[in-house]
Amino acid sequence: MRKWIIVAFVMALVAGCQSTEEKAPVEEGTPAATTPAGSTGATTSGATTSGVTGTAGGPYSAAALKDPNNILSKRSIYFDYDEAAIKEQYRPIIEAHAKYLQVNKSARVTLQGHTDERGTREYNIALGQRRADAVKKMMVLLGAQEIQIETVSFGKEKPRREGHDETAWAENRRVDIVHAGE
Amino acid sequence: MRRLLFAFLAFAMLVAASARAQLTIEIVGGAGTEVPIAIVPFENESNWPLGGITGIVGADLQRSGLFKLVSDSGIAPRPYRADDVKLGDFRARGADAVTVGSMRALPDGRVDVRFALLDAVKQTQLASMSYVVAPAQFRATAHKIADVIYEKLTGDAGVFSTRIAYITKQGSRFELIVADADGGNPQAVVTSNEPLLSPAWSPDGTRLAYVSLENRKPVVYVQSMASGTRQVVANFRGSNSAPAWSPDGRRLVVTLTKDGGSQLYLINADGSGVTRLLTSPGIDTEASFTPDGQAILFSSDRGGTPQIYKLTLATRAVERMTFEGNWNVSPRALPDGRGFVFVRRDGGRFMIAIQDYATRQVQTLTPGPLDESPSIAPNSKLIIYAAQQGSRGILAGVSSDGRVKQRLVSPAADVREPAWGPLPR
Repeated sequence: MRKWIIVAFVMALVAGCQSTEEKAPVEEGTPAATTPAGSTGATTSGATTSGVTGTAGGPYSAAALKDPNNILSKRSIYFDYDEAAIKEQYRPIIEAHAKYLQVNKSARVTLQGHTDERGTREYNIALGQRRADAVKKMMVLLGAQEIQIETVSFGKEKPRREGHDETAWAENRRVDIVHAGE
Repeated sequence: MRRLLFAFLAFAMLVAASARAQLTIEIVGGAGTEVPIAIVPFENESNWPLGGITGIVGADLQRSGLFKLVSDSGIAPRPYRADDVKLGDFRARGADAVTVGSMRALPDGRVDVRFALLDAVKQTQLASMSYVVAPAQFRATAHKIADVIYEKLTGDAGVFSTRIAYITKQGSRFELIVADADGGNPQAVVTSNEPLLSPAWSPDGTRLAYVSLENRKPVVYVQSMASGTRQVVANFRGSNSAPAWSPDGRRLVVTLTKDGGSQLYLINADGSGVTRLLTSPGIDTEASFTPDGQAILFSSDRGGTPQIYKLTLATRAVERMTFEGNWNVSPRALPDGRGFVFVRRDGGRFMIAIQDYATRQVQTLTPGPLDESPSIAPNSKLIIYAAQQGSRGILAGVSSDGRVKQRLVSPAADVREPAWGPLPR
């Protein structure tokens, strides 16, 4: 029986590979932000090795990612001005996504770092990157694999909230956790 | 998909200038010691009602903040040749300098344009030039004439024949625009639904490097001005940004995060040959070459707060350059080699400042509160930068001594990230 589950898993992987979105050429085998659609979530639970099941409806399933009552649906970590330190209140969110990655070994995320509008564009690309890297580091400590996480920065280029006051600025100082295929 | 995107961009480039929101430039503060100059309309110039030359020359000189236009009204007959100028008449109107000229249509459709520049105080002729051009080249010819006048009367090279690049944002549409230094003739060379930033001219003016977020991450491109085709120069794991050209145009220094953290690398203009320059535990970014190509200025927080450092390439020695305040970034070396322009933060305001290498003195040139992206004219005399007006991004200009101030406004778009192009060859 297990042999057939593995075959089904491999076939789902292969089928998913053909739907991968074409991107600009990337050096050094970056894990693509878009992954084979069949490899995350419901149909492949039997193939995971951690012993925690990723069955449909389980705590670390694809459905959980989108369930508004599940912490996995929370995707943003917020930061103080000029800072990349992760505040304690966001640790549970990071931990949940790290566990998701630990359970779903072929799952991939991209962490997108952002800043508020103050400061130069290029320095903010670097600051946004530093924030994304800080979240990645914590995820790896909490069980995710390096290879599963890409970190990029948008600096101040893609604010979620326009405006020139602290309300807008606070909303934009963040890292967004984006799961493959989203 | 990528092919479609390329084709779309090429098409967008061909559908060129007409609908572009044009920049208009206003002087908002003058030097206080403007040279009064009379620019007499050229003989026959009114035969080309759609566009002559002296109007553009006058606008160029006035916009520099170093000249004040003196009218020749009442002086009759109007002189068109140096020998016909009665300098006394012009002195009486307060002019220190006078230009006169003529335009003559030739049988092949081109136009013979001549002008002379006279020093009304010393009563000497400073310049006399002639050009044979098609009417389509009147604007470029006017800029050349303004360059000659500017150089003769100030001692510095004129930059009226240069181009500027800048980024516009209208809703979710971003464009990289190239225009004449006076904002005229804007052309979109890149159009995208995702942000563009950090345009950088190659030293010979034939290529533009820039950063695009169209791949959902920062990627560095180099695009040919002539053909509009572009290639990816840096798309490594993570973020790729802050391109700056070496003076010989063969390489770029870029900021890459591929080895963990924002660090500086050299790369050939075709994307080959990546070489790491420095290793630091924090952020190194915003590099720019000194004009002799021997050193790189950059921003780094290796000392705790963002400051400016200089890396000497031959020795790999790193020297800290800024010591005032706790936030100094974005260094741009002056082409004359005397110092650099940068952005400093003080009391929450971001301002453009200039530092002299020899004296280490810092002069703050702009008021802020959100000034950034300084780019220096190739004569080292003018700095264009990005500012905010209300909730809109505009460009502004300031002379390197702080006295002349300009504002460059686009009616329709948010404008940012200016880059001043090189002197034409």
